[in-house]
Amino acid sequence: MLSRRIIPCLDVREGRVVKGVRFRDHVVMGEIEALALRYRDEGADELVFYDITASPEGRPVDREWVERVARLIDIPFCVAGGIRSVADAARVLEAGADKVSVNSPALERPALIDELAAAFGVQCVVVGVDSLRDADGEWRVRQYTGDPGRTRALPRRTLDWVAEAVSRGAGEIVLNCMGSDGAREGYDIDQLAAVRAVCPVPLVASGGAGAIDHFTEVFQNADVDAALAASVFHSGAVPIPELKRRLREAGIEVRDD
Amino acid sequence: MSLDPSRIRLVLLDSGGNNLGSVQAAFARLGIEAPVSSDASRIRAATHVVLPGVGAAGPAMQRLRENGLDRLIPTLSQPLLGICVGMQLLFEQSAEGDVDCLGLLPGRVERLPEAPGIRVPHMGWNRLEVAPSAAGHPLVQGLDGRRAYFVHSFAVRGSADALATCHHGQPFVAIAARGRVMGAQCHPERSAAVGARLLANFLSL
Repeated sequence: MLSRRIIPCLDVREGRVVKGVRFRDHVVMGEIEALALRYRDEGADELVFYDITASPEGRPVDREWVERVARLIDIPFCVAGGIRSVADAARVLEAGADKVSVNSPALERPALIDELAAAFGVQCVVVGVDSLRDADGEWRVRQYTGDPGRTRALPRRTLDWVAEAVSRGAGEIVLNCMGSDGAREGYDIDQLAAVRAVCPVPLVASGGAGAIDHFTEVFQNADVDAALAASVFHSGAVPIPELKRRLREAGIEVRDD
Repeated sequence: MSLDPSRIRLVLLDSGGNNLGSVQAAFARLGIEAPVSSDASRIRAATHVVLPGVGAAGPAMQRLRENGLDRLIPTLSQPLLGICVGMQLLFEQSAEGDVDCLGLLPGRVERLPEAPGIRVPHMGWNRLEVAPSAAGHPLVQGLDGRRAYFVHSFAVRGSADALATCHHGQPFVAIAARGRVMGAQCHPERSAAVGARLLANFLSL
C-alpha cells in the first residue's frame, strides 16, 4: 500500500534556508545541505525547495545548489519558484531535481502546464495553488503571493483551477490554504476535502500545521496523499520520527524504513 | 555488502532522460563512477550497463533509435538494469503512445487503472514484495517488504520474469529479471537505503 508522505518545505533565499512570518522578515534557518540531510535522516519522504526570490526578481533558480542537493540526498525533491518555461524547468531537472512546481506563471499562461507535461511527463509537473475563501463563501485563487505588495485575488474558483490544471497535465497538486497558513491551528480540512473530490492526481496539503494531531486529521479527514509543512519542522515542534510513530498508531500507512 | 570499485566499469546508456544526474549521484555515493555514453565500443567494454529513463516511452525509444542503442542493447552480454521508463523499454510494447520497445522481456506496458482512493500517477513510497520463487535471486536480497520510491503512470501488470511486485490498487511488476536483463520500476536513486541496496546488489552481479 502506498504510504502517506511527510514533506518539509525549505524556503531558499540567496543560497540559504530562511523562514519568514507571512512572507516577511526572513530569518536564516541554516545551510541548505545541512537541513536537507537532517530531514532526510529524520525520515522525511520528500523535500520541497522554494526559491522565494527567484520569481519576484524575475530570474531563474540558481542551478548550483540544486546540483549540490541532488548529489547529497537520496530521497526525491521538488524545486519551486522562478520556473516560467520549459527551458527553466529543464535546467532544474537536469541539475537533479525530480519534480518542478509552478504556480503564478501557470496562472498567467495555463498552456505552460501542457508544455511541461509534454516535455517531461506528468510525473515531473507539480502545480502549486494558493487559495483563500472569499466573503461570498467561494474559494478562489491568489497570484504572486510571494510578494505581499503584488498579491492579486483572481476571479478563478479554486476547484475549477485544480480541475483545469489536472486536465492540462499536472501530476500533483499542492494546495496552500492561505487562510490557515501560519496560524498553526491545523490544515483547512473543508477546503482540502473539497479539492480532493475533484483531484484525481496526488494532492499535497499545505498551510496550518502546528501539532502532530493536525497531520493525523488531514490524512483521515481530507484523504490527502501528503502533508507539507515548514516551521513546525524547522523549530522542532513536530519531530518527524515522533510524527510518523503517532501516524502509524492511528492506522495511517507511513514509511518507516 | 562490500563493493570493489576497481573491478566495476559502469556505463549509463544515453536515453535522453532528465534523471541521469540523479542516477550518477546514487552510484557516486557507492563509490562508482557512472559516465553517460552512446558509444558502442565503450558500452561493450563495461562490466555493468544501466538504462535510465524519465518521461515517456515514445521519446526515449526514439532517442535509442537515433543513437543506435536500440540495435546495440540486445547484443550486450553484461548485466543490464533498466530504471523506471528504462525498465518499461525492455518489454515488447508500451501503451504509452503505442510504441514498440526493445522486446528483451515478454509483455506489454499498460496504464495503471485509477480507482477510488487509487491515484495516478502512482507517486510515493510503496512496498516491494519479493516472489517466494525469487527469494534467492541476488538482485532482490534485503528488499522484501521494504519501501521504494515510485513515480509513474504505466507499468507491466504481470510477468513470468517478475522478481518483486508492488500493489497500487492492483499488483504490478516492480522488479524483473531474465538472465542478464533486469529492470526496476521504482527509482533506486531516490529510494534511500533500500535503493542503495538494490544498486549494490546489481553491481555485485
